[in-house]
Amino acid sequence: MSGAPYLHRARSVPVIMLWVLAALLPGIVVHAGFFGPGILMQLVVSSLAALVAESAVLALRGQRLAPALSDGSALVTAFLLALCLPPLSPWWLTALGSVFAIVVAKHLYGGLGQNPFNPAMAAYAMLIVAFPALMSQWPLAGEGHQVAGFGESWRLVFGGERALDGITGATPLDALRTGMRGLPGAAPPQISTVMAGSGLGVIAGVGWEWVAAAYALGGLLLVALRVISWHVPTTFLVVLALISALFWMVDPASHAPPWFHVVAGGSMLGAFFVATDPVSGASTPRGKCLFAAGIAVLTYLIRVFGAFPDGIAFATLIMNLCVPIIDRTTQPPIFGHKQGPARRGLRQGDR
Amino acid sequence: MNRRRGFGFHGGIEPNSYKSETTRLPIRVAPISEELVVPLHQNIGGTPRPLVRVGEYVFKGQRIGAADGNISAAVHAPTSGHVTALELRQVPHASGLADPVVVIRADGEDAWMAPEPFDWRAAPPDAVRDYLRDAGVVGLGGAVFPSHLKMRPGDADAIDTLILNGAECEPFITCDDLLMRERAATILRGASILARLTGARETLVGIEDNKPEAIAAMRQAGAGMAGVEVVVLPTRYPTGGAKQLIRALTGIEVPHGARSTEFGVQCFNVGTAHAVADALERGRPLISRIVTVAGAVRTPRNYEVLIGTPVRELLADAGMMAGVERVLMGGPMMGFALPGYAVPVVKATNCLIAWTPGLLPEQPEERPCIRCGACAEVCPADLQPLELYWYARGNQFGKAQEYGVFDCIECGCCAYVCPSNIRLVDYYRYAKSEIWASERDKARADAARARFDARNARIEREKSERAARVAAKTAASRAAVSAIPDASADGVSEPSVSNAGPASGSEAAKHALIAQALARVRARQAGQDVADDPGGAAGAHQPGDTGHTTS
Amino acid sequence: MLLPLLIMTGLAIVLGAVMGYVSVRFRADSDPLVDKVDAILPQTQCGQCGYPGCRPYAEAIANQEAEINQCPPGGDEGIRKLAELLGREYKPLDAAHGAEKPKSVAVIDEATCIGCTLCIQACPVDAIVGAAKQMHTVVATLCTGCELCVPPCPVDCIRMELVRDTVDTWKWRRPIIPIKAVA
Ligand code: SF4
Ligand code: SF4
Ligand code: SF4
Repeated sequence: MSGAPYLHRARSVPVIMLWVLAALLPGIVVHAGFFGPGILMQLVVSSLAALVAESAVLALRGQRLAPALSDGSALVTAFLLALCLPPLSPWWLTALGSVFAIVVAKHLYGGLGQNPFNPAMAAYAMLIVAFPALMSQWPLAGEGHQVAGFGESWRLVFGGERALDGITGATPLDALRTGMRGLPGAAPPQISTVMAGSGLGVIAGVGWEWVAAAYALGGLLLVALRVISWHVPTTFLVVLALISALFWMVDPASHAPPWFHVVAGGSMLGAFFVATDPVSGASTPRGKCLFAAGIAVLTYLIRVFGAFPDGIAFATLIMNLCVPIIDRTTQPPIFGHKQGPARRGLRQGDR
Repeated sequence: MNRRRGFGFHGGIEPNSYKSETTRLPIRVAPISEELVVPLHQNIGGTPRPLVRVGEYVFKGQRIGAADGNISAAVHAPTSGHVTALELRQVPHASGLADPVVVIRADGEDAWMAPEPFDWRAAPPDAVRDYLRDAGVVGLGGAVFPSHLKMRPGDADAIDTLILNGAECEPFITCDDLLMRERAATILRGASILARLTGARETLVGIEDNKPEAIAAMRQAGAGMAGVEVVVLPTRYPTGGAKQLIRALTGIEVPHGARSTEFGVQCFNVGTAHAVADALERGRPLISRIVTVAGAVRTPRNYEVLIGTPVRELLADAGMMAGVERVLMGGPMMGFALPGYAVPVVKATNCLIAWTPGLLPEQPEERPCIRCGACAEVCPADLQPLELYWYARGNQFGKAQEYGVFDCIECGCCAYVCPSNIRLVDYYRYAKSEIWASERDKARADAARARFDARNARIEREKSERAARVAAKTAASRAAVSAIPDASADGVSEPSVSNAGPASGSEAAKHALIAQALARVRARQAGQDVADDPGGAAGAHQPGDTGHTTS
Repeated sequence: MLLPLLIMTGLAIVLGAVMGYVSVRFRADSDPLVDKVDAILPQTQCGQCGYPGCRPYAEAIANQEAEINQCPPGGDEGIRKLAELLGREYKPLDAAHGAEKPKSVAVIDEATCIGCTLCIQACPVDAIVGAAKQMHTVVATLCTGCELCVPPCPVDCIRMELVRDTVDTWKWRRPIIPIKAVA
């Protein structure tokens, strides 16, 4: 029998994972509202694929299924991946990503707790490298665009039909980048024209800003419940705002304002749900700040100078690599080892 | 003075306190058991030497075990009666192993020994400390560190703040609470004795704010006393850890391995202060203590229990219910499951919890660590328990030490919050005992190496001495030989003698030499037999020669 | 794509520099190899390794003359430590030299002892006290359990006793983690 303590707080890993899933719900609802029910199909496909993959790997590794399946971590991975994918992607793309996340990114490294990379982000990165075209077919929302209904979404996701014209288009981030780069030889366009021209919303595009707000709401709930620490989202958003503000102030004509970057793309999802993944993130308080700041800076650089639509996934993976050294160098001082031996002298001096 | 509340400490948890059941009834004096089992080793430090023999009659309060060296404390007969056994019996320890005990069959008289008057005010400080050691006073908070060692007037570090620990932060335990409610005056008299002995100018009594009655009682008792202040602390486990309390009251962090006196602070449990007053004012050694009996018993309450009372009898008096699977000694955070119910109450026993699965649910199966950092958030020692766990689990004890496993106070906060149900503290205890064991092994190996080398050196030395002796003797007998045959002329050098001398002469000389040597050996052997002198051949092998035996 | 590459390269350079610094800064002090090997050996001085004591065996190991798996008292753990120190391949204990046994100490039956001093002469660490024709005793805290004193005794009065755990030497066991399926 094990030793003390014999008293425990009733917040186990499954409970934590359930909270994370619950906190994603507002975002999912808003997402489905703006971009159609495709996202729900992706969630189902992704979850099923993840659970099947997890069971298969556990069986192969000779481990019991129940404890690992019930911890909910596979579901969280599946949800995060699905939420990053275009909602009308073909089902096999999602399933492939999900299986990759579980089998390669998680279990090949030893399973839950030992994976150095965020499994959902690793899968996303793999998909975007392998299927760049499919990965950029985002549905459009707002005036003048029709949202795919259930039947149409079903055909698109499961039917192998890829008639997407008029339904999908560039995301705000894509629009910004292609607009900014301009055509070869042409004069670089002004940021204002890009923003207006691609039918963006008030801040970051129709729909997008509301989805971001819903993610933030769920994320704040997690912070309030202390499921995630405040260090990561705060640092991430502040640093992202700071670096984009810096570029924007130097050259407002060719850089988007900070509020755009903070809300656009996967910023909120990344801040509250991706960068806060405990397993692949830093564990010390200062380390968490460094880690999040690193992701923010890299995200911005990849968004502005890189070749991919959003930088969160790559930024997260790169910072995942740095976690061991971040943790090692940010160990907080141990009780009693912060003060010098001069303590007593100080006290005597006080009197 | 409110500033003190501001210090606090990092981490900590706020578990359900489970204290209310045992604070409703006053302290009850537990009935005297027919047979009391007094373990000799009830303190940190050396095991006391038994002073009694089987069959001997002892009075209540008579010393039955004498402190072994200075880092030790005496033990006493808790009641009068006959010593029926000096043997090994299971003691209340997580290992369930046996340790030497003195078994006393009570005669029912409960007759005190004649008091020895001792005027601690007039006695020199050293005598007072020896008196406390011989009165068996140890820390009653659970650490059982000999109290006399905590006041060293000779020390360079003067003490200016005396801290009385009445925080009692662990769930279930209320023995200090009740003691403060009922015997505040004695506690504070003990505190003023301690303040005098340590030279402290101010006395801070730290009590958590979930004990309003105790706070009121202590405030009232301390009303007229100069330099005594009752400080109310927020309820948070482990405020009652000595280091956390010192930090919470003074802002000072005493690192692992340092003594708080280096920082001008000394901390005693309220129960210890009570025991000090009893010992010095009334000449009563430490033979009883307050024990909380909680959990699945019909009348949960506090008892004043004689040391040596079998746990079973105490639980029976409280009415242990059916379905109790084990009994915890100490609180649920830092206690341990008793190996059996026949073990006695000892000086460290502050609480007994009759455990049923319904009371505190059993910990579910461990899952992998998800590095969530919850453990680090609550660690009052500012450690990263997840790293310690990683290294302890991987048997990388050097790394575990680097990450501060010995700074861990085993408070259990990390395991309390861990969402993966990892028995974190078990890993730290494992790592610590492995490290201690390998240090013991290393010390033994080093000693063995030194002794081996010493032995080899000695053999070497003896060999060369023998060679030298032989050489010297040869030289001497050569001189003698050259004197015996008057073959050559005077002044002729030795070589010429051996070369030029007749062969027969040199043969004869050799025979003479051998005969001489044999006679010498015989004479020596005879002499040795007569004197039975162990300094001869065998004596040379006595370990005493190497200078290590006595150590 | 260029930027991440640049960043990774930069990181690699920085990390490399840091690791280089660390390895220089925390370089192990240069004990002669023999001392390090000797520090791992258990100092039982039993000679089971085929050398007259741990130090000679340590010298042989350091000179690459002996295998690292010849010391039964050091056991598996000792071999692993040696393998790690020397960067040699781990090998299970060579059964030709004996088997790993739990630690024990010699005890002399004092009633039978005739005081012949033979055991005293055999003990490599002078852990036996006694004089000619007087009863001998083993100082248990000094005894390394090498068993060298057992065979010389003409009346067979020396036996080996297991060292039992006491409350002070008892160790917490490593918690058991049931993750694998019971197959
Ligand atoms: S609380 Fe448990 S799961 Fe979380 S980091 Fe600590 S040990 Fe790991
Ligand atoms: S048991 Fe040790 S590591 Fe865990 S919280 Fe307490 S001091 Fe920290
Ligand atoms: S076998 Fe005996 S003598 Fe040889 S190294 Fe091991 S303990 Fe030392």
